Amino acid sequence: MERTFTAEDIAAGVERLAQAIRAKHIGQPIALVGIRSRGDEVAERVLTLLSAEDHWDLSFGVLDISLYRDDFEHLHENPSLQESDIPFSVDGAHIILVDDVLFTGRTIRAALDALSDYGRPASVELAVLIDRGHREMPIQPNYVGILLDTCRHDHVWVSLVGSDGVDQIQIVAKENP
Amino acid sequence: MVRKDLLDIASLDRGDIEHLLDQSVPFKELFTRSVKKVPALKGKSVLMLFYEPSTRTHSSFEVAAKRLSADVTNFDVAHSSITKGESVRETVETLQAMRTDYIIVRHGRSGLPGMIARQTRASVINAGDGAHAHPTQALLDAFTIKEKFPDPTGKKVLIVGDILHSRVARSTSTILKKLGIDVAYLGPGSLVPRMGPENIRRFTDYQEAMAWSPDVVYLLRVQMERQDVQFFPSIREYHKLYGVTDARLDEIRKRGLYIMHPGPVNRGVELCDAVMDYERSLINDQVENGIAVRMAVLYWLKPGVAAGKE
Repeated sequence: MERTFTAEDIAAGVERLAQAIRAKHIGQPIALVGIRSRGDEVAERVLTLLSAEDHWDLSFGVLDISLYRDDFEHLHENPSLQESDIPFSVDGAHIILVDDVLFTGRTIRAALDALSDYGRPASVELAVLIDRGHREMPIQPNYVGILLDTCRHDHVWVSLVGSDGVDQIQIVAKENP
Repeated sequence: MVRKDLLDIASLDRGDIEHLLDQSVPFKELFTRSVKKVPALKGKSVLMLFYEPSTRTHSSFEVAAKRLSADVTNFDVAHSSITKGESVRETVETLQAMRTDYIIVRHGRSGLPGMIARQTRASVINAGDGAHAHPTQALLDAFTIKEKFPDPTGKKVLIVGDILHSRVARSTSTILKKLGIDVAYLGPGSLVPRMGPENIRRFTDYQEAMAWSPDVVYLLRVQMERQDVQFFPSIREYHKLYGVTDARLDEIRKRGLYIMHPGPVNRGVELCDAVMDYERSLINDQVENGIAVRMAVLYWLKPGVAAGKE
């Protein structure tokens, strides 16, 4: 069994995130921080939509959380690192973390740890393109683009133009979980 | 490829080398943060087993391991049972029983880190063995050169000094050749081996070597402690013939060449005082990059992979 979402669905999800963030924060300085990989691309798209507003102080950063993962022991090979790029002061900033898929919540736990090593933000919120449920940590998003009903063992493959050449979401059900 | 140990450069392929150099970049980026530490190796133990004196390499590895949140133990060789006659094998069995995850070894005997690697599940990193290899020095040298020349293919590096006794010369020229960089040696005939790789040029005359137009002049340390047999008449003569004197520094500056040195520097031997302020001296970059590269190596190796599988 397989379900697919198209580029239009993704665009609508990004628009939903931008609208909700705009409604809550318009005019206040905020910083969008995308989590590598693909969270950074979602964050960029949201930023583009928000940038249409005049006189809005928006910052942008990218976070690689490989060194903060808690599943280090279980990996055959350590994840490839990329640079983090936080070009603004985290101290006192209102930050919105952005990721492509929210699942167990472990990535966000790691991202919160990583962020705190850059400074002490005034607040941190979470925006995700897709919330597929099945949390293993007490973490909830503030903004959701697409709410997906999935089983624990389903695979959710997100492709975005910047990383994969095409905008698409595939949900592949596992036969015998 | 997943590896347990890092023993030399010769057994790494170009893909491994490029991967390690690329992975060192995000580690270096951490140094600009107020918190320079990451939890990647939390709960892992790193044991420093140094049978030869070392300040730089030792502290560089120690800082690297601590910035990855590993626990570092110094096996103090001078005060250990080794002076009571315990063999290396017995020492390694002790370390094995301590369930150490990483062992960093320096020893005067070539091949000893490899021997330890075969006897333990821990990841072994060679921090210099005899005249054999010093792989993390080679990696930091290559990283430092790549920072200045992102595409280093065809660049020329002149290595000056005691090539014969130098594990740095051996490992660094191996890595540079693997990255497509041209290498030449310059030094007294008695210290430049005639045997060895065919594709490395050898000079005994400074001006001839300059005419080859290198991009980087890499000075090796004159190993005073290994000069029990005299390979050149005097330190003063060495400085005159092969050292970077004030006059030679002027020429190097005019040509815009970079200067590198693995440290510690013997001032007035390999180079004059003015080199320390030379704007294209990469000596301090090498020290900083050494930490980033060693973090990348610790992060890359996997302890407990079947011993011998490389």
